[in-house]
Amino acid sequence: MTAPTPDALAPSAPSAPPVASGVAGRARAPRGSRRRTVWRWLLLLAFAVFFLVPLLAMLEFSTRGAGGRTFDAWRAIVKDPDLVSAITISLELAVLTAVGMLLLLVPVATWVHLRLPRVRRLIEFICLLPLTIPAIVLVVGVAPIYAWVTYFFGESSLTLTFVYVILVLPYAYRAIDNGLGAIDLRTLAEAARSLGAGWASVLARVVVPNIRGALVSASFLSVALVLGEFTLASLLNFNNLQVTINLLGKRDSAVSVAVSLASLVFAFVLLLALSYVGRRRASSGVTEEG
Amino acid sequence: MSASQPATARLSRLVPYLAIAPFLVYVTVFLLYPTLIVVAGAFTDDSNRLTSSTLRVLTEGVYLRAFARSIELSAVTAVAGAVLGALLAWAVWSGPREGPLRRAVTAAAGVLAQFGGVTLAFAFIATIGLSGVVTNFLQDQMGINPFSGGVWLFDMPGLMLVYVYFQIPLMVLVFLPALDGLRPEWREAVESLGGSGWDYWRNVAGPVLFPAFLGATLLLFANAFSAYATAAALVSQGSPIVPLKIRGFLTSEVILGQQNLGKALGFGMIIIVAVVMTLYALLQRRAARWLR
Repeated sequence: MTAPTPDALAPSAPSAPPVASGVAGRARAPRGSRRRTVWRWLLLLAFAVFFLVPLLAMLEFSTRGAGGRTFDAWRAIVKDPDLVSAITISLELAVLTAVGMLLLLVPVATWVHLRLPRVRRLIEFICLLPLTIPAIVLVVGVAPIYAWVTYFFGESSLTLTFVYVILVLPYAYRAIDNGLGAIDLRTLAEAARSLGAGWASVLARVVVPNIRGALVSASFLSVALVLGEFTLASLLNFNNLQVTINLLGKRDSAVSVAVSLASLVFAFVLLLALSYVGRRRASSGVTEEG
Repeated sequence: MSASQPATARLSRLVPYLAIAPFLVYVTVFLLYPTLIVVAGAFTDDSNRLTSSTLRVLTEGVYLRAFARSIELSAVTAVAGAVLGALLAWAVWSGPREGPLRRAVTAAAGVLAQFGGVTLAFAFIATIGLSGVVTNFLQDQMGINPFSGGVWLFDMPGLMLVYVYFQIPLMVLVFLPALDGLRPEWREAVESLGGSGWDYWRNVAGPVLFPAFLGATLLLFANAFSAYATAAALVSQGSPIVPLKIRGFLTSEVILGQQNLGKALGFGMIIIVAVVMTLYALLQRRAARWLR
């Protein structure tokens, strides 16, 4: 539930030998650290087995054929029209949600930092509220609202964007708020204003470029959350990737396992890429975090 | 905003608030009003009269048992996830900070903790389902039938197993920053005073980390308590836990006189999660005293 927050300042693990220790300390240190290294690798090995066995089992399960390996289930991912349309919808939802989240949140977060510090706590409270309202409960209250949404916008699954923006609010807000806190927003904005820039161009040409890293983090997290969302889509009777995977599980479990593994790997690549975006920012000297 | 023009000043002081109006309208429609619907529904009957009878139904029979099972599931997987996750976090943290291992584990933890849901249910069906890889191995190679006592994967024990699979990664994500807050000087101080590694963990790092550990355990509890997707994909028969009971109210014909029972269940969930998250926030503040 908590966004991975790489904090930039704290020094790293005490893997370096202690600086000032007596003879006894020096005699003890190598033995202690060797034992620690053994423990560390044993633990990592045990966890690797626990976490990799189900993932490898998915690979085995989805390539079972009548006497050998087959990749039919994997090929079916791009052939099954239901699945292709579900993947398309989920990707579209991910993009729409990220865009909607940025449009809704960036101006408000900036404005609250600059002009309305008094309501900052209120905005923060609202943004973190979805953490205390489980999706399964939100869906109960949102279902009547969606009667109106479908009345105005039609029955497209893309209307899920509205509630998905709420769902990603806590994670996105934290990322953007951290980004804003790390730059000297007030000075930047005043400089731009004194040169004649309007608030819109302060936002678009000063704030956004300076918190680019935070915006990328917020967007990536939103995309990952939307691609994995099941509760709201399923109970509001819309189709997305996860709903289709679940339905498929009853019909063709090999294909549904193949898509599951593919989507997990896709999300992993996405988050791994995000961690490198974070590093590039750190090394280029911009001090902010996502 | 000079004092000479009080009326204009007051008006112009209100103008900045207009900028956040669209945001407030949006969250009112899609977050605050839906929440109000749930809370109000919990206190009214079918004809919108104020009543406490809807909530009172929760304190008896199947609904009370569903809450008990939900709490049991969340507590067991939160404690198991916190202990195991803290160990894994330590193992990762003792390595280099910018190393590929830490990077890969963090990304993988992010996926399993936040993306999981339905896909994790299928992962375990492929592993230890009726024709799962491990099931086949146990049956063919070892002659053991893991389901001799019933198909436990699709019931509470199965839920616990899969929940731990996403609770450990969440613990890693939450606990790594806490470990990063430990300062090397503390360890050096202990060593220069002749203390051992055990002394350090027992008397310095342990007490400093304890509030963060406790807080993370609460967060894991709330996480498991709110989870729905995994359970929905795994359990299609019966509704042992509260989220699945709510599914029942949303997907099937509602019995007369019980229109608002789903909302009452939802309200109960909000209360429990809110209490847990408040305690979590308090512990976070306590943890921040030593760990930056």
